[in-house]
Amino acid sequence: MPVGRRKSMNKEKIKESLGKTINSFKQSMPILLGVLLLIALATNAIPKNFYARLFTGNPLIDPFIGAFFGSIAAGNPITSYVIGGELKSQGVSMVAIVAFILSWVTVGVIQLPAESLMLGRRFALIRNLVSFFLAIIISILTVLTLGLK
Amino acid sequence: MRAGVVFLGLSILLYLLVLIINKELAVDSFFSFLKLLKKLLPVIFLVFSLIFLTNLILEPEKISKHLGETSGIKGFALAIIGGILSTGPIYMWYPMLADLKEKGMRTSLIATFLYNRAVKIPLLPMMIYYFGVGFTFVLTFYMVIFSIIDGIAVEKILQKVGGEEN
Repeated sequence: MPVGRRKSMNKEKIKESLGKTINSFKQSMPILLGVLLLIALATNAIPKNFYARLFTGNPLIDPFIGAFFGSIAAGNPITSYVIGGELKSQGVSMVAIVAFILSWVTVGVIQLPAESLMLGRRFALIRNLVSFFLAIIISILTVLTLGLK
Repeated sequence: MRAGVVFLGLSILLYLLVLIINKELAVDSFFSFLKLLKKLLPVIFLVFSLIFLTNLILEPEKISKHLGETSGIKGFALAIIGGILSTGPIYMWYPMLADLKEKGMRTSLIATFLYNRAVKIPLLPMMIYYFGVGFTFVLTFYMVIFSIIDGIAVEKILQKVGGEEN
């Protein structure tokens, strides 16, 4: 293929890729900005000491409570470790704490609308539900493996 | 695009409602939003640069081969490594995954990638500080193993319910 033709094809390809990327940007940015707004609101509305009051001390119910509130919480995973550390010092069971930390990072109720819009509604719902139950299963396995209470 | 604009509009509407009920919370949250956005700008740039490069370099056939239905264990390995190495919050990666899905990426690998977003190497020292080395190692190990189970389960259930709606 002559060099001139190859160059013009490359230019065409760059233009096409740039066009697709701009389209993707235009489609994604409103959704991403919406998620950021909601996360900022949730982070400010829920104080860190709020979570400690939620646990009952029941070893069967607490993992579900942990996974539930981890799913609806949002923010940097470091915050979940800090809260987890606080919960540990207050005597909350490790199964509940692990379920909380895990669902914080694997389940996202706040970002569910964004995930649905971009990756499909059924996919987002199923993925979050499966991740919710896996958070409980992994927390039980982790605690059993390490012999924690 | 319209659904996205509606979603953003509803989020802004919620802020306006909070502004009426609790002005301080709305203002603090808006400043947190600006801070978060500023912090995430490099990630946004990275994600859209990667989208541009995948559009430029990767043909759909190549994506099908490495991340498609027949990608097998190699596909899962790529999804796990990609998920662990990717930076920034999970939702920043939705646009790129949507793009790869359109080009033939397997559903289970998208779920596996997203699950491994939970394994963050820079945050491991922090987890060790709070919970110890043994705990961090065991939990990380289970997370990686279960990311594959998560991916397969999501794909199978999605197939059972008749796939994604059109």
